[in-house]
Amino acid sequence: MGFEAELRHSGGSVEGDRPSTLATSSHPVTGWRKASYFLRALLAKPASALGFIIFTLFLLLALFGPLIAPYGVNEQIAADAGQPPSAKHWFGTDNLGRDVFSRVVLGAREILGLAGLGTAIAVFFGTTIGLATGYLGGWFDEILMRIFDGLLAMPLLLLALLLLGTLGPSKNSVLLVIIIVYTPIVSRVVRSAVLSVRQRGFIEAARLRGEHMPYILFREILPSVLPALAVEAALRFSYAIFLVASLGFLGVGVQPPSPDWGLMVREARNNVNQIPWAMYYPAAAIALIVIGVNLLADGIKRVLLESQ
Amino acid sequence: MLKYLLRRLGFLILTLLITSMVIFIVTQFLPGDVARVILGREAGEAALEALREELGLKDPLPVQYTRWLVNFIRGDWGKSYSTKTEIRPLVLGRLRNSLMLAAVILVISVPLAILLGVIAGLNENKFVDNVISIASLAVVGLPEFVTGLVLIQIFSFRLKLFPANSSIRPTTSFIEALPMLILPAMTATLVLLAYIARLTRAGVIEELKQQYVRTADLKGLPRRTVIFKHVLRNALIPTITVVAISMGWLISGLIVIENVFNYPGLGRLMVFAIDRRDLPLLQAVTMVAVLGFALSNLVADILYAILDPRIRLG
Repeated sequence: MGFEAELRHSGGSVEGDRPSTLATSSHPVTGWRKASYFLRALLAKPASALGFIIFTLFLLLALFGPLIAPYGVNEQIAADAGQPPSAKHWFGTDNLGRDVFSRVVLGAREILGLAGLGTAIAVFFGTTIGLATGYLGGWFDEILMRIFDGLLAMPLLLLALLLLGTLGPSKNSVLLVIIIVYTPIVSRVVRSAVLSVRQRGFIEAARLRGEHMPYILFREILPSVLPALAVEAALRFSYAIFLVASLGFLGVGVQPPSPDWGLMVREARNNVNQIPWAMYYPAAAIALIVIGVNLLADGIKRVLLESQ
Repeated sequence: MLKYLLRRLGFLILTLLITSMVIFIVTQFLPGDVARVILGREAGEAALEALREELGLKDPLPVQYTRWLVNFIRGDWGKSYSTKTEIRPLVLGRLRNSLMLAAVILVISVPLAILLGVIAGLNENKFVDNVISIASLAVVGLPEFVTGLVLIQIFSFRLKLFPANSSIRPTTSFIEALPMLILPAMTATLVLLAYIARLTRAGVIEELKQQYVRTADLKGLPRRTVIFKHVLRNALIPTITVVAISMGWLISGLIVIENVFNYPGLGRLMVFAIDRRDLPLLQAVTMVAVLGFALSNLVADILYAILDPRIRLG
């Protein structure tokens, strides 16, 4: 163990630019310090700080939505249908008498959950495939990459719609579409990051001291591709939100009576002249979260680039 | 140049082949039986069997794929499940509408975006640059349907300048359609503008750092000459690629925008096909869209090679 640690340490310092994130699990103190350093660097720029605040706000809504929302998702109060915003209904009610504020609040979990889960699974698969193909190379790598080229040769939304056309519109289909569309993209990013570190000394050292492959992939290579992966994951997440909302609006994604914001905009469109608030509040929520997550992703990218 | 062109063309055909396979394979995953989708729940087993035979659904997949591809190339795109009419005239009519809209969008957005990008790049980190950068960052991420609905609210409901509904007829001429094209085009322009301007800005800033700019400055050339004769010429080359990349965005964006404004283009047809589970129609629309995407990439490659000799010679 002592020898190994020594070797790893010297490998790290010779390479210079290798992040020492390896230490996070064994020394929680350094992990916390790192996290707080990262957060401070992130909040240093007003734009990133704004993105962070917006995102945290929506995250809290997603976590505690049911405690905040005064009414149920599909609770219909027929007598109050089409009411403008008031003290009783902050964002008014829609044509069916549902409280728009409650639906917007409860929709946060819907969109963040779907986009977050889809991105997380795609990042997991993409990372595994990217690490394996980048490290192993050969025909396995060649075939997978050609298949991915074929998938990515068309615009993303086109591929997403093609998949939805066959799967049929539903929440699970949207999740599956996010995973299918993003896994190749993440794989490619991770793979090219792996290719740039594969020949480095510390990998060679690990191989020579007889480490098995999963160890080399996840403990030696993964930490060095982590910054690239983090940036990609943040970008993917922001586009996943965009995608879920757009598919909901097109009517081919999440189906009624879900409080998906894109779907709410779609349903409220027909009555926009009489009940505009039912459309504009969910639309504003989409705009706000998309801008917030974009600013945050930009900030994460900036901090990681600066620290390199 | 000819060799370069042929290589790009070969690459294009290969990409299209792979994509057509993807389109075909993906559409095979449809749960359930195609024959039942067409004939409905009450159909008898004999009728189903006859239709399966007629559609060639019992052949092995590679045979079905080859037949489908050959038919597509020959111009026989089959019949739609839902409208029971020939697919080709339907798709080509919608394609014409989408191209009309795309042309208006590109004519407005590309020159404007390049202008803004150059202004921002030449004034790096000054006030003008910050305004342009922040505005474009705010707009670039917004889903097209949000932007479109806001524009409808302002220009259609409040100011009553343009119609909110762009459902033109097949017989509508370009001039007649133009007022209805303005709002959809504005929506696309807002996003495309931000996107192209940001990348043009980066190109200009990159070029300004080059040695030859300093040389030109030091030998006493007027700033105007340095910028127009040297910097812009080089900075705009990547912009052409950017325009080509944004064609991918334009296609995705058009799908959403056409649905916001009820504009009868390919994008609305695609959503219609998904709604009705109309696979042959979905396949045809996707193939045409992918073909358009690939062709625009080819045009960009050729333009790039004409402007930058290093690419076709290297």
